[in-house]
This record gives sequence, structure tokens and C-alpha cells, in this order.
Amino acid sequence: MSGTSPEISTEVAVLPQDLVAEGTGGRPQRPRRPRRNKYRPVWEEQPSVAGQVTKFVVLAVVVLAVLFPLWTVVVTSLSTTQESIRAGGLVVVPGDLTFRAYAQILSGGVVTRAALVSVGITLVGTVISVAVSVLAAYGLSRPGSFAHRPILFVFLITMFFGAGMIPTYLLVSSLNLIDTYWALILPGAVSAFNVLILRNFFMGIDAAILDAARMDGAGDWRVLLRIVLPMSKAVVAVVALFYGVGYWNAFFNAMLYINDNTKWPLQLVLRSYVLQGVTLPGSGTGQVDVGSGAVTGMPVKMAVMILAIVPILVVYPFVQRHFTKGVIFGAVKG
Amino acid sequence: MTDARLTEDAAAPQPAASSARRRGRSARSGVPQRKVPWTTRLRRDRSLLLMVLPAIVLLAVFAYVPMLGNVIAWQDYSPYQGFLHSPFVGWSNFERVFDNPAFLTAVENTLTITLFQLVFYFPVPIVLALLLNSVMSPRVRTTIQSIVYLPHFFSWVLVVTIFQQIFGGAGLVNQTLRNHGIDHTVSFMTNPDTFLVLITSQAIWKDAGWGIIIFLAALTTVSPELYEASVVDGANRWRRMWHVTLPALRPVIVLLLILRLGDALTVGFEQLILQRDAVGAGVSEVIDTYVYYQGVIYGDWSFAAAAGLVKGVVSLALVLGANKLAHVFGEAGVYQRA
Repeated sequence: MSGTSPEISTEVAVLPQDLVAEGTGGRPQRPRRPRRNKYRPVWEEQPSVAGQVTKFVVLAVVVLAVLFPLWTVVVTSLSTTQESIRAGGLVVVPGDLTFRAYAQILSGGVVTRAALVSVGITLVGTVISVAVSVLAAYGLSRPGSFAHRPILFVFLITMFFGAGMIPTYLLVSSLNLIDTYWALILPGAVSAFNVLILRNFFMGIDAAILDAARMDGAGDWRVLLRIVLPMSKAVVAVVALFYGVGYWNAFFNAMLYINDNTKWPLQLVLRSYVLQGVTLPGSGTGQVDVGSGAVTGMPVKMAVMILAIVPILVVYPFVQRHFTKGVIFGAVKG
Repeated sequence: MTDARLTEDAAAPQPAASSARRRGRSARSGVPQRKVPWTTRLRRDRSLLLMVLPAIVLLAVFAYVPMLGNVIAWQDYSPYQGFLHSPFVGWSNFERVFDNPAFLTAVENTLTITLFQLVFYFPVPIVLALLLNSVMSPRVRTTIQSIVYLPHFFSWVLVVTIFQQIFGGAGLVNQTLRNHGIDHTVSFMTNPDTFLVLITSQAIWKDAGWGIIIFLAALTTVSPELYEASVVDGANRWRRMWHVTLPALRPVIVLLLILRLGDALTVGFEQLILQRDAVGAGVSEVIDTYVYYQGVIYGDWSFAAAAGLVKGVVSLALVLGANKLAHVFGEAGVYQRA
């Protein structure tokens, strides 16, 4: 091995010297060698300082690019109006902090109602989607079951050929679903992709376990509820997150199907109030009342944004650790 | 197989029952068996079929009925007559679509955006994944991962709004410029010339972090022995990346390229419709937004449906073609997914 590469030999040469220096006890001072990262494989050469610095800088920039905008939004939402005006809009360095913007948007009115609408749609929609998808995925996951190939094909086709926006819109409108919340749930309730993720996982479960349950007299329903689901918590959590985030974040379907703006979900209110700068009727957010210290303008807008992020931040940590456990990769690699 | 089957078989003569049971079990355990009559399998699997039923009903109503609803592309559809009574007009809607300069502009914009993002967006997750993979400490790595995945779960409204707050006319950048006495408003959000850069930056901010997940997963499958062997052979850091890491990523890269190619006509619809007003239809009109405006806003239903159908059919052809291409190159392609 020695001598194959100059780099390697110099690397390795450090170690015996080190030991000798300590063993002979000639000098108590150990020869200085770079601290090895305990996670670095022994065969890997020490990175150059320039390389390390570059890597650190790039990663720091990436992380800051994600976190900095969120930071200013949070800080602005917690600032007083005066603070925000003094800063000229967004506040980067926190000064006077107050929760008044949140109190204002959550004290009834347009934003509160929109948030409740979004919560309702997300909860109901996610429950329906997950239930329907889990059932379908399990129903298709038993090898050799009746007609599973043609049925699977029915799912696959929807992944490769979409009907298009216009016929879907006309269908929803002819079902009299316009201005109902079902229009925001039913058309996208089943995602073939999520069904495949689940099916893929279910198929990976050791058939011996399921067969054993059947020998003990469990039917397919019981096998699904008592054996398969408890073993699939992680993948179901991830799929639920996908569906839930989809419902929570959707705004275009509401733009299409909900004409009555008292039924708008939060994303649509966010769009018209914050992005387009439309004053919301009856929300009290349009009144500029700097004198009495009421929070208006920028902090309120940013508080609406945070309101749209918070549910995701709440759920994210619980689901995030499952991401790398082969869930997504398994679905694509299959 | 199931409890139902076991009890049903019990009524039959013993040897026949046991052989049928064995066949049944092996059939459901993955070994294809054609001996079980379909009526038996139907009865055996009725609960499985019942489980699939709700999803099938939803897909039938909300995916397959609209597919049939595309007949209005050959009609002069009016909402009062419905698609049952609207007169058929042959291919004239399609002729109007292809003669329409606005549609062709939308196609051109769509392809420009796809191409631009293929060059400037696509490699970003790969580079990030390699960079992150070289971070040794697992704790630092997972922390960075959780941070960069996060924007993927934000809505487009939120992402566009954040960009507007930072780069818009009244945003943080201009605010800082003003505070430093530079009275020159830079409008990134409304400038058609930089629109491509803007939407690509937004796409990178939102999804590039999430994009690394699949590459990281592929990287974990690389055997460390390959690296050790290459070190013994004298390969340095860069040659290891070129000869070990990148080949390991190749199937994933090809797969994602295929998926992207199949989606060439689909470019961030929600992202673009949010910014169409700010920057103008000239650069931001893509096929999907065009269909939306022609149909839902201007009420030219048949024309819009024809345009949408053209897109759907071409996209399908692209997916199938790209998959074929992958097989030619000896990659697994997409269909193995199922």
C-alpha cells in the first residue's frame, strides 16, 4: 500500500511518528498534527484549509438564504408600526417587540375566518386523502390479487395524462360544487403518486408476518388495521404531510372554485392582502392608527405570513426525520 | 389464503382443499399462478377490491370524467347547452390554437423557462448534495438538511410574497439602498428582462434544498469499499468524485432528467400566475396560464380546452419518448416505479 500515492504516504507517516514521540518520552510536547474529525474515514486525506473555508462559507450562505428572510418576517411581525416605519418597511434588528399584530389578525375578521377555513379544509381533506390512499395502496399491494394490474394501470394513467384545467372546472361547476369547500378537497383527494409510495412500502413488509396473521384468522381489514398500519407509521406520516401541506398551501383551486370571498382560505387572503396590497374589508387592518399605537401595515402583513407558515413549522419536525428513511427514494426507485 | 377462504375450503374434500389453499397462498405470495379460477379469486379478494373502490370512484369522477370532457375541444361549447347539446365543429378549435400568435408565444415562453431552469436549476441540488455529503458531522449535516428542506413546504404565495418583500419596489433591498442615500429603485419583481432569473431563483430557494434528498439517498448506497479501493489506487478527492460518486448518482440524474423532460410543458403554474400581473403576460404567459385566461376568464371554453388538450397529449408523448430514451441508454427509466 505504501508508495502508491504520495498523498497517502505522507498522511500515514504522521501516525507512527506520533506514537514514537510519545513512547520514547524524549519530549513531553507532542508533535502537532491536525485534529482528525472522528467521522472522517481513515483513508480520506485531510481537507485543505481553503477547501474547508469555501465549504463553510457556501453552506453558511445557503442556510442564511433560507433563514434570513424568515427572520426579518418574524421580527417585523413582532414589531410595532412605528418600528417598522422607522426601518422603512421590514425590520431586521429587533427593537420594540409586541404581539399586537397577532392579536389583531386573530381577533375575528377576515384573516381569522380564512385561517379557520384553511384549518378545516386541511384536516378534513387530509383525513379523507390518507384514508382513501391507504386503503387503495393496501388493496393493490397483495401480489396476485384479483385484477390488481389493470387497477394499478388506472392509477398510473392519471400520473401521465391530466384531464386539463378546463374540463375539470366544467365538471366541478356542473356538480354544483362551486363555492363549496368540497371543490377544494375532492378533485385532488387521491394522488396516484402517494398511493404508489404507500403501496411500495406495504409490499416491502415481510409476507410471512401477514401470512401468520391470516393463519390466525385475520381478514384483510384486520391485517391492514392491526399489522400493516402500525408497521407503516413513518410512511403514512410522510404521506399525510404531503397531502396536508398540499391542502394548506393550495390557492389556485380556491381562485378557480371559490368566488365568494368570505369563504376564501388563508393563502388566497395572503395573496390579495399581502402580495397584491388590497385592503381587506372589515378586518380593521386597513386603518392606519399610528397615534394610538395600534399595529397596522407591515407588521400585520408579516403576521399573516407567519400564520401561513406556523402549521407547517409545527408538523414539520415530527415528520422531517422520516424523510431520509428511504420513503421518497423508495417510491422513485421502487 | 384469507380466513374466508380457509373456512370455505374446509367444506371441500380434504386433499383438494389443501392443494387449493397452497395454490391460493403461493399466488398471493408473488408466484404467478393461473390455476385459481377468477371467480374464486374475486371472492377471495373482495375485501381488497372494496378497499380500492373509494379511490377508484374519486379518480373516475375527477380524473376520467374530465378526460372525456375534453370532447368540448371539438365542439362550440356553451355552458347553457352543455357538452351533450353543443354543436360539433371538427378540428377548427385546434386550427385556431395553432394559428394563434399568443398561444405560440406561450409555448415559446414555456420552453424557454424549461430550458433555462434545466441549465441553472437542475444542477444546484446535485452540487448541494455533494457538498452536504462531504460534511462529516452527522449532526451538522442533518441540521442543514432540515433547514434547506423547509421552503419546499411553503406555498407559492408565501414564496413569491417573501421575494416581493425582499426584492420588490418597496422591499428590503430598495429600503436598504434608500437608507444609504441611494435613491434608485431596482425593481426585480416587475422587470420582464430579469424575469427568468427571478423565477429560477424562486424555484431554487423553494425546491433545490428538497431536491438534494434523492441524491443524498443515492449517495448512501455507495459502498465505502469503492472509495477505499480508489484511494489505494491513488485517486484523490476529485477523481473519487468523478469515478465513484458521480457514476453512483447517474441513474438518479437520468431519472430526474426524464421526469423533467416529460414535464417540459409544465412550468410552475401557481408561481407564474401569481406574478403575471406584475411583470406582464409577454414573458410570464405559459401554456397553463394561457389556457386559464382563455377559458375561465374570457369564457372561450372550447378553444382553451383544445389548447389544454394539445399540451396534455404532447406531454404524454414526451414522457413516453423520454422513457424510451432512458431504456436506450440502459437506465431503468420511470415505469419500474410501479
